[in-house]
Amino acid sequence: MPNMIVCVKQIADPEAPAGSFRVDESANQVVPAAGVSQVVSPFDEQAVEAALRIKDAHGGKITAISLGKSFVMDVIKKPLSMGSDELILLQDPAFEGADSRSTAYALAMAIKKVGEYDVIFCGRQAADWDAGQVGSGIAEFLGIPSVTVAKKVEFLDGKVKVERVTSDGYEVIEVSTPALITISNELGEPRYPKLKGIMAAAKKEVPTWTAQDIGADASQLGTAGARIKLLKVFQPVKEGKCEIIEGESPEEAAANLALKLREAKLI
Amino acid sequence: MADNKGVMICGEITEGKLAPITTELLGGGRKLADTLGEELSAVLIGSGIGDLATEAIAFGADKVFVVDDPLLADYRTDSYVAVIEKVVKEVSPNIALMGQTAMGRDLAPRLAFRLDTATSMDCLELSIDPDSKLLLQTRSVYGGNAMGTYVCEGTKPQIAAVRAKAMDPIEKDDSRKGEVVTIDAGLDPSMIRTTVVDKVKEEVEGIKLEDAEVIVCGGRGMGSTEAFQELEALAKLLGAAVGATRPPCDNGWVPAGMQVGLTGKIVSPTLYIAVALSGASQHMAGCSGSKNIIAINKDAEANIFNEARFGVVGDYKKVLPAFTEKVKELLAG
Repeated sequence: MPNMIVCVKQIADPEAPAGSFRVDESANQVVPAAGVSQVVSPFDEQAVEAALRIKDAHGGKITAISLGKSFVMDVIKKPLSMGSDELILLQDPAFEGADSRSTAYALAMAIKKVGEYDVIFCGRQAADWDAGQVGSGIAEFLGIPSVTVAKKVEFLDGKVKVERVTSDGYEVIEVSTPALITISNELGEPRYPKLKGIMAAAKKEVPTWTAQDIGADASQLGTAGARIKLLKVFQPVKEGKCEIIEGESPEEAAANLALKLREAKLI
Repeated sequence: MADNKGVMICGEITEGKLAPITTELLGGGRKLADTLGEELSAVLIGSGIGDLATEAIAFGADKVFVVDDPLLADYRTDSYVAVIEKVVKEVSPNIALMGQTAMGRDLAPRLAFRLDTATSMDCLELSIDPDSKLLLQTRSVYGGNAMGTYVCEGTKPQIAAVRAKAMDPIEKDDSRKGEVVTIDAGLDPSMIRTTVVDKVKEEVEGIKLEDAEVIVCGGRGMGSTEAFQELEALAKLLGAAVGATRPPCDNGWVPAGMQVGLTGKIVSPTLYIAVALSGASQHMAGCSGSKNIIAINKDAEANIFNEARFGVVGDYKKVLPAFTEKVKELLAG
C-alpha cells in the first residue's frame, strides 16, 4: 500500500474579484482586501484529491505537509477533512523570506523526517505567487524523478502512470517510485469534505515542526537559502477606455456592435 | 562566475521544425545579447535535428549547440536536464532562456536547482539593469493581479522561462553567418527514470487557438455545452477559433484544450470576442495580448469592460443571436 505525501499551501482566496488585490510597494507585498478569506491553494486541493483517488483504489496512507505562518486551523486542516491521515505544519521564523529553492529545501527535509514515501504530490503552482517551482525543487533535493502538470495519476506496482498535460493533448508517462508528481486543474474537482471528516479533523492533533526539528541547515533556509530576490511588485495601469455600444434593446445594441466592428475594419 | 558570458536559449523542436517559442526566444535573446555586447547561442536538443541549426542562425543565433541522440527523441525530464546541465557547464552562459511550455516549465526549475542558481517562470519582460548589468525578470504574480520584477544576484546562469508570444522573433535572414557546434549527449539510458508510453492529441477541430486571428471565447455565464454551439456558429462565420475560460472546461462543457488563461493557452489574436466572461485576472493572463477585445456581459461592473475596446452590456442570450445575425448580413453584403 502506497505511502503518499501531499504538500499544501494556505493562501488568500485567488477567486476573489480582480479588484481585491492591492500592492503595498514599500513592503513588496500583494495585500488582499479585508474580507478575502484564506484557502488551501486550489491546485494543492487537487493534489490532495489525486492522492485520495489512489487511496480509494489501493489503500495506503496520506500525510499532508504545509509550510507557512499565520495558519488558520479550520482552513489548513482541509486535507484532513477530505480524507488525509496526517497533517504536519512547518513554522519557524527561519523559513521566512524564502524563495522557491529554500521552500523546496525545507519541505524536502521535512519529507525525509517523515521517512517512507512512494509518491509525493504538489499542486502545479501555488495560486498566489504562481512560481511553479517548488515541486520540481523537492524532487531535485530528494534526488527522485518528477512529472509535472498531471491530470491523472494511477498507482501500479512499483511505478506510477501519469497523464501529463501538453499543448495539444497529453502524454502518458510511466515513472519509477518514489516519484514526485505535480497536479493541474484538469484532474477535476476535489471532493467536498464530509461532516464526519470535518469532525475528525477538528479533533486531530497537528504537530508543528521547526527548522531544528527537520535538521535543516540554516544557511539553506529562508532568505539565506534564496537565490533570487524580488525587487518590486507593481500593478500595471489599465486604460479602461471601453466604448459601450448602446441600443433601444439588447438586439439593437448587438447589431450596432457588429456595425461598429465593421467600421473599425475588425470584421 | 565572473567569466560567465553570453545569452543562451534552449530551443524547442516540434514536428521537425523550430517551434514558434524558439524564434521568439531568439528574438528576445538577441536584444539582451546586443545590450550586453555578448554572444547569442541556441541549444537544439532532439533526434534527427538536421538543418535546423542553420535556421536558428537565420533567426539571430551567433552559435548553435546541437545535441542529437535517439534517446532525446521525446522530452524526458532526466535526459533533457542532464544534457542542458552538460552544455551549460561547457559554455558557462551568463543568461539562459527557455519557453514557458510543457518542456520549459518542467525543465527550468530542475536545471536551476541542480546548478544551484535560480529561475523566474512565466516572464513577460526581460531587460538588463544599466548599472548592475543583471537580468531584470518581470513576471505576473497573483494570477495576473500584479507583476513582480526579480533579479538573481549571486549565481549564474540567470535563468528565465518566457511566456509564449511575450517576445517577437526578428526577421529571418538566410545570409546571417554563425557557427554550429555538435555536443555529444553522453547519456546513460539507465539514468532516465521516466518512459513516454503514449502521446495523445486532443486537437479541437478547426483553427488552433494559438494561431487564430479571431477568437470567440465563452465564460462561466454560458452555462452549458449547448450554449457553446452558438459560439461555434459565430466563429464559423468569422473564421475564428473558439476558446473558453476555466469554469466551462472544469465543468466539462468543453474540452480542457479550449482553455485560455494562465494555466491554459496563451493567445494574441487581432480580435477577441469575450462572451459571458467576467475577465478574471487568471483568464486575462492568457489573452491580454489581444489587439482588440470586445466584451458582451450583463454585468456592467465586470472587469472585462476595463480590458475591452468595445462592449455591450446585456444578456448574451439576447445579444449573441442578434450580433451573429448582423455579422452574417454584413459579411454577405
